[in-house]
Amino acid sequence: MNIGVYVCECGINIAATVDVGKVVEEAKSLPNVVISRLNKYTCSDPGQESIKKDIIDFNLDRVVVASCSPRMHESTFRSVVEETGVNPYCFEMVNIREHVSWVHSNKEKATLKAIDLVAGAVARAAFLEPLERKEVDVIPKTLVVGGGIAGIQSALEIANNGFQVYLVESSPSLGGRMAQLDKTFPTLDCSACILTPKMVDVARHPKIELLTYSEVEEVGGYIGNFNVKVKKKPRYVDIEKCVGCGLCAEACRLKGKVLNEFDENLSKRSAIYVPFPQAVPLKYTIDPERCNMLKFGKCGSELLCVAACERDAIDFNQEEEIIELDVGTIVVATGFDSFDPSTEKKYGYGESPNVITGMEFERIANAAGPTEGHLEINGKEPKKIVFIQCVGSRDKDGNEYCSRVCCMYTAKQAHMVRDKIPDSEIFVYYTDIRAFGKGFEEFYNRVQNENVIYLRRELNDFIQIVHNGSAVMVKAEGHPDIAADLVVLATGLVPRADSKDFAKTLNISQSADGFFLEAHPKLRPLDTFTDGIFIAGCCQSPKDIPDAVAQASGAAVKATIPLAQGKVVIEAISAVINEDLCSGCRICEKLCAFSALEFDSENKIMKVNDVVCKGCGSCAAACPTGAISMNHFSNKQVIAQIGGILEKRRSLIV
Amino acid sequence: MDEFEPNIIGFLCNWCSYAGADLAGTSRIQYPTNIKIIRVMCSGRIEPVFILESLKKGADGVLISGCHFGECHYKSGNYKANRRIKLLKKYLKEMGVDPNRVRFEFVSASEGHRFADVVREFVEELKKIGPISLQITP
Repeated sequence: MNIGVYVCECGINIAATVDVGKVVEEAKSLPNVVISRLNKYTCSDPGQESIKKDIIDFNLDRVVVASCSPRMHESTFRSVVEETGVNPYCFEMVNIREHVSWVHSNKEKATLKAIDLVAGAVARAAFLEPLERKEVDVIPKTLVVGGGIAGIQSALEIANNGFQVYLVESSPSLGGRMAQLDKTFPTLDCSACILTPKMVDVARHPKIELLTYSEVEEVGGYIGNFNVKVKKKPRYVDIEKCVGCGLCAEACRLKGKVLNEFDENLSKRSAIYVPFPQAVPLKYTIDPERCNMLKFGKCGSELLCVAACERDAIDFNQEEEIIELDVGTIVVATGFDSFDPSTEKKYGYGESPNVITGMEFERIANAAGPTEGHLEINGKEPKKIVFIQCVGSRDKDGNEYCSRVCCMYTAKQAHMVRDKIPDSEIFVYYTDIRAFGKGFEEFYNRVQNENVIYLRRELNDFIQIVHNGSAVMVKAEGHPDIAADLVVLATGLVPRADSKDFAKTLNISQSADGFFLEAHPKLRPLDTFTDGIFIAGCCQSPKDIPDAVAQASGAAVKATIPLAQGKVVIEAISAVINEDLCSGCRICEKLCAFSALEFDSENKIMKVNDVVCKGCGSCAAACPTGAISMNHFSNKQVIAQIGGILEKRRSLIV
Repeated sequence: MDEFEPNIIGFLCNWCSYAGADLAGTSRIQYPTNIKIIRVMCSGRIEPVFILESLKKGADGVLISGCHFGECHYKSGNYKANRRIKLLKKYLKEMGVDPNRVRFEFVSASEGHRFADVVREFVEELKKIGPISLQITP
């Protein structure tokens, strides 16, 4: 057994807090260590070369690198040793940066800790065993979840690369939040004009199968071979027959009585509906919460929609369907929810119709919206308009993050007010203007020059909006009260209400703010901790349209790589059963969350399906006869590491 | 005499707590050097023997940290760890070892601050409990 130890300075990242020279010296006296070296940057070319050279010169069969987190560079060094003929599982990494130098400041203590950790790794390394990684075929298909702009972009990119895509959207139409917007900043493009052609492209693409009004229920399997269950909710309309003529909605007994969520509940629709006129697919859906027939089993003396439909498309007997899909990779682009300002009394939202959210403004300003694009509140054109920034964002007691889009969408909306009501007075209460994107600062300057008055306030300064007859009074600390006809709250972006459940379904993580967590904030922003699942758009964090689109294209490339390669390598960490020791008690069988253990009734022992086994080790920890061993985390390896860490520390104290 | 500094072995699951400890690092959140971390794939891998070995070899405390309930990368490994550790603590008490020397915590990948807090609290608690002495009579 010949072990090589490589201690990294990481520039001064480690060397400033850990006496790396001492760690190198101490390592030399550890059992089986034949060479111990210091590198400025072990991950750099010279660092990697020194390991390769030593493997040959000293005939190393185990390599230990003490540097950063294995989550950062384990794969780098595994490749290095593998290229020089050492099995990648005979490599061990010690985290003396994230777990030592960056979290401690006492150099003496930090150095002792680093030595203990290296001693643990060297002790463990002696028991490491070569393992073979399995290659499995990749199903050349991708699932994209979410039909907003990010999901649309990803789906089109992957399909244009020649791979089959399933695009699942929970609402009846593609389009997402972007479809609700009137204009986009800072270019003032009409949102629908640039979005709807892409929606149509998706629907027409021969490589995309669109599943609207559907939800992902279950995700099983692993990279290359995910099995997904999708729930197709009943539309109660046969989409093969429906031509989207709308005669049913005209005829519906509840026409004009059902709140229209696409218009942020500012208009009313029928119980049978399309969310908006350019919906894709242009197929009607019956709202099961509101339709009399679905709720009460009857609707007056006759079913008006059925009578109106010339194509006989309405089918009240439709049932929920579960569709099973097999895909190689998954792109998650599920978007965001808008912050609900009614939770904060000070904004007076919900008490007065004169206080609206940014998204409500978009609908009112939109030519297809509830007022056909006329800015009006209760039929009256507002003359004095106040915008309030950072509603539901940058709040240390709530959402601490900046929602990134509100400064600019407020500037855009102020511009739109100036455009539509030239003689209006416009005020913006802001704290800091974050105009960081391409063309943003220029646009902000332009809006300021359009006689929009920006008034600065601190985030924690008192603000109160008081309902006052047909107007509202805006009281802000340090400023005169403003009697406004309209207050627009720049409401922030929050994680979708179902994020937690969906993260569980996908087996991915959330960050502290509730958005989905990327595998690395800088270098792997589109990956999740689950191989083969990628994230794009606002489900990862608030972002504007160009950023969401860029991320979606990136995620599409990531999701396509395994499909193009056709094969993926599966982690070799799995359970192994010693048939001589297995008593067939079957305790492990019930503990396995993935049904990877099966009872061989002929030989009365357990068998492991090592492709299904994820390597958690719950079974090994429970096996009463010690018959189950975990590859790469065997009892011998872990216990050796414990001993290595603790024994060395003892000798230093004495 | 110098103040007693407890020696702690920390078993952290790869997906949540190890990543949380990494985040404490990247965020430069300071905590005491007493803890030495061993990475495992899941807290469900932790066998009682790992904990007993640690105590036997001189660890004054053992921290096991996994994902929050419902967030386990392997669905339910943390529930299994929870059950095992509860049972082990009863056994430790019978053996005359303070069960508070073994601590099971939940730290997610985004809880760098929480990880540092957990370590700080545990170190303080172990200072009160004092050094371990498992005398094996020949």
